[in-house]
Amino acid sequence: MKTIAELEAIRQKTLKEVGMRTDNDSIRVVVGMATCGIAAGARPVMQAFLTETQKRDIHNVTVTATGCIGVCSLEPIVDIIDKDGTKVTYVNMTPEKVAKVVLEHLANGKVCSEYTLKENQ
Amino acid sequence: MQLFRSHVLVCGGTGCTSSNSEAIMSELNQNLVKNQLDSEVKVVQTGCFGLCEEGPIMVIYPEGTMYCRVDVKDVPEIVEEHLLKGRLVTRLLEASSQVQEDNQDIEQSSFFKKQLRVALRNCGRINPEEIDEYIAFDGYKALAKALSEMTPVEVIQTIKDSGLRGRGGGGFPTGTKWDFAAQQVNDEKYVCCNADEGDPGAFMDRSVLEGDPHSVIEAMTIAGYAIGATHGFVYVRAEYPIAVHRLQIAIDQAREYGLLGENILDTGFKFDLEIRLGAGAFVCGEETALMTSIEGKRGEPRVRPPFPAVKGLWQKPTILNNVETFANIPEILLKGSEWFASMGTEKSKGTKVFAVGGKINNTGLVEIPMGTTLREVIYEIGGGIPNGKKFKAAQTGGPSGGCIPASHIDTPIDYESLIELGAMMGSGGLIVMDEDTCMVDIAKFFLEFTVDESCGKCTPCRLGTRRMKDILEKITLGKGVMSDIDELETLARDIKASSLCALGQTAPNPVLSTLRYFRDEYEAHIRDKKCPAGSCKALLAYEIIEEKCKNCGLCLKNCPVSAITGNKKEKIPFVIDPTLCIKCGVCFEKCPVDAIKK
Repeated sequence: MKTIAELEAIRQKTLKEVGMRTDNDSIRVVVGMATCGIAAGARPVMQAFLTETQKRDIHNVTVTATGCIGVCSLEPIVDIIDKDGTKVTYVNMTPEKVAKVVLEHLANGKVCSEYTLKENQ
Repeated sequence: MQLFRSHVLVCGGTGCTSSNSEAIMSELNQNLVKNQLDSEVKVVQTGCFGLCEEGPIMVIYPEGTMYCRVDVKDVPEIVEEHLLKGRLVTRLLEASSQVQEDNQDIEQSSFFKKQLRVALRNCGRINPEEIDEYIAFDGYKALAKALSEMTPVEVIQTIKDSGLRGRGGGGFPTGTKWDFAAQQVNDEKYVCCNADEGDPGAFMDRSVLEGDPHSVIEAMTIAGYAIGATHGFVYVRAEYPIAVHRLQIAIDQAREYGLLGENILDTGFKFDLEIRLGAGAFVCGEETALMTSIEGKRGEPRVRPPFPAVKGLWQKPTILNNVETFANIPEILLKGSEWFASMGTEKSKGTKVFAVGGKINNTGLVEIPMGTTLREVIYEIGGGIPNGKKFKAAQTGGPSGGCIPASHIDTPIDYESLIELGAMMGSGGLIVMDEDTCMVDIAKFFLEFTVDESCGKCTPCRLGTRRMKDILEKITLGKGVMSDIDELETLARDIKASSLCALGQTAPNPVLSTLRYFRDEYEAHIRDKKCPAGSCKALLAYEIIEEKCKNCGLCLKNCPVSAITGNKKEKIPFVIDPTLCIKCGVCFEKCPVDAIKK
């Protein structure tokens, strides 16, 4: 038998998983997954975003794939789009860099400027 | 718990299942493994999205992209392009969103924009076989609220204040019905759910049970608390195997979580449910016949009063509500009666689900606020009439209802306005007819249905409907006389007045309603021996217009009974021999220069 509190706990837990199916105002992490991106290692980068956000229990983030952005030499490229629409583009990403971006940008709201497109052109 | 970055929802309603959505799911899973995406992307089977015409439907989140008419062959492309590389498979997008590729929000497509999903809130959003997903979207929260914060009287008052009326057809205020049963003093009371959806073309209740069975279980438990019942029955047609299967899974899961059974949510309240299968008799949708059938007897109606709220199942006080009515209850308790009453018209609150079918582009399931006009349903949500044909009428309420002619297309849909037009809300079947539909033939179709389904217990229904059908048949065969119309009207009046139950009392409605708006069509059949819609075969005669004929010979080549003679080379004109013609219409369709008239 479940109590009302246990029911609420199930709700909270499952909502983390299915919340993406309703209108949400989450931060979007968009990974370039065209041929160039995949060849440069976009798959492990994307997987790193999934495992790192899960590890840190960050749930207002959706991770999606997109096509070629055009600067293939800087792949893997990741855009992080905030709730207000501001976009930060990270380039030459690796799973190690992802760990830092998740901690600083997604968890603490601080842009990791050393990996951004601005700093690496 | 594993978190996925993307969920692929595949419709598992009856419509999409019959167009192979199960094979699509297994192909999806295989391709995800092949592309090593199975730990990132989750495949979820859901209930009906509503756009059945475009099925099988697939929706991919978080983007909310909707793919239509997906074939098993399309799956590898969707996985590699959309899920792996993040590129849209444009050709499979829903038509209205193909125009604006940057806006993939399905809520904004013309089919969904005007809809307001309350009863269908979870259909196409959750996996109906996972109780946790229902709980995530506030499932069983209303039950918890009722049991822990509200008295039964407060629950009933909330339902009364909301203005909710029965969605099965009658439109009786739900709260008042519950109140009657609550006031009865008895050692045992029952809660019944009428899921014996029988109108031709209606599938609202099936879709709710398939897509969101827990909402019905939760609402029935709340009803049990409100009236003081500990036992409930869901009476559902055996022809709905997917609905029955998912409902049983849901009941088992609810029991496992202690949401059914003893001491629910540790509040001391007990309630349990069981399913009873109906064998498909239309009359068992009538409340007294339904209860007789649950008791294990032959499903025949009885005289009311006493009403079920006083003497129902096994002579005990019983409430009977339709599936859609129940599906609204949890939302009303959670969001309040003012919220519900803010939707709809003065006397019809909330929303109504319609199964739209017939001559319409977007066949499917729509939920609209009461007061939406028929024009909005047909031309905006429904996408209009196929092949540029003209809208003629819409039948609501199935064999018990009537038609709304084109001249009343701007009528807001609610209980009162439909009754005024001689139609009725009914359970929500909405059959759209175009200029090629013969209204006498439609009336005959519904009468044939009621003749078949009359249980035979009372004479007016058993014999009266058959007499009406015979007269209609005579008219469509061109053998009618003018006095037939008077006789139809007399019979209709008598059957309505003297039948035992609603089946007979409403059976003449399709005839009365077509006579009211399309009397001229009846008269044309009788007086001129012509069917204005060109649909009654016996009154048709195909003829070749010699001046228009280009002597191509296509009609002759395609005629299945060699009723056409003529010769291109020898310039013998083409003619149809009416004694041989079977009026199949093939020549009419094949003629490239419209030289054939009917």
